[in-house]
Amino acid sequence: MTEEKRQIVIPGEIIASGDDYLPGEGTEKQGKDIIALKYGLAEEQNRLVKIIPLSGVYNARRGNVVIGRVEELTFNGWVIDVNTSERAFLSIMEVPRYVNKDALEEVMDVGDMVVAKIWEINKRGIDLSIKLRGLGRIEEGLIIKVNPNKVPRIIGKEGSMIKLIKDETGCDITVGQNGFVWIQGDKIENELLAKKAVLFIVEKSFVSGLTDEVTKWFAEGKK
Amino acid sequence: MTTIKRPDGRKPDEIRPMKAKVGIVPNADGSAMFQFGETVAIAAVYGPKELHPRNQRNPEKGTLRCTYNMISFSVDDRIRPGPSRRSMEISKISEWALEPVVMIGKYPGTVVDVHIQILQANASTRCAGINAAAMALAHAGIPMKDLVSSISIGKLDKSLVVDVNKAEEDWEEGEGATDMAMSFTSSKGKLTHIQLDGHITSKQLKEAVRLGREAIKKVYALQKKALKNVGEEISE
Repeated sequence: MTEEKRQIVIPGEIIASGDDYLPGEGTEKQGKDIIALKYGLAEEQNRLVKIIPLSGVYNARRGNVVIGRVEELTFNGWVIDVNTSERAFLSIMEVPRYVNKDALEEVMDVGDMVVAKIWEINKRGIDLSIKLRGLGRIEEGLIIKVNPNKVPRIIGKEGSMIKLIKDETGCDITVGQNGFVWIQGDKIENELLAKKAVLFIVEKSFVSGLTDEVTKWFAEGKK
Repeated sequence: MTTIKRPDGRKPDEIRPMKAKVGIVPNADGSAMFQFGETVAIAAVYGPKELHPRNQRNPEKGTLRCTYNMISFSVDDRIRPGPSRRSMEISKISEWALEPVVMIGKYPGTVVDVHIQILQANASTRCAGINAAAMALAHAGIPMKDLVSSISIGKLDKSLVVDVNKAEEDWEEGEGATDMAMSFTSSKGKLTHIQLDGHITSKQLKEAVRLGREAIKKVYALQKKALKNVGEEISE
């Protein structure tokens, strides 16, 4: 983690001024000043000033893996609630098996949770796919909801954090970019430990060197 | 100009003790509380989310929707619950006061819901509501050009006072009860909303706006501090 000064900025606040800086995500240039347009942490890297949001709803992006709940069955697919402002749709064409059009509920019914990938975002909404490995209906396990802005911290740099939790608890964990975390383990105790670890990370998300902190936390828990 | 003694002994440009806190409704995407003396307002923001009914959707940009409500126990004589002419007007006013700074053009067909509840009222409720709503919107991660700060200016006979309470709002002596609510963009000081109840000369109106612009600096400082310390109650 680079040790720059990060500070919380609020909309309308001047982050930096002068021609040395370029406005990045969540900022705007007005005259010589760079103004924040969002509430979050301001970060400067190679003269580029950007804002890391701390709160807010999930913004869908192509390629993201998300976890959602089946809301509705239509004649050619499922409408899935993935906690976005747009509607997410999973077509039967995107399911890697034969689906009887008259019995969609045999594959997935209303209320089922599903891991899916966003393969396209268009005017109508989001199109999902479950044609890859690791995607599909969730059969068992534990699902928890966290702030979607903390997801990068749960995953860690190149997946270091999530690997640590997986190793420590022996659970399989899937993190949806929309803030849902699916934990699946052989024993309920392990699942609960993994859940506790995830919530611990979310609570301590602003601490730098968090991976070491979590390692310590696991060591303390074992005693 | 002769100065009139205010009922609670404040100076003409003195605001009642303010308090603010961000992050009070865990379920909401953003929330805040703002307090002017005995006037307490909370605001919760949800969204951007799908707008229902569909026919109200705007395919060009997102919609801002405010709901202002006074809780039935907020004043001495119980308020009948449910929307009233007054609360519907203030809902719309809050919407217009906040709209110039909220940048939801990138979220077509969606709505940002702002719920403003007045827990306790002693005049200037719409100002407290707008202040809380501005903080809650920022906390919800909605893109905004600036924050909005709001203040009320009253007229006791001929002299102008900042942040009226109930006794000053109903000040009938002399020229009659006059009070104004106004909102400004916080750092630029541009007017986004102004309302007048009573009579005022154009010369005094200018003076009132100048007073308001000066007073919101204190409001803004508090809003800023509360947003930087989420979960802590900041008093001034």
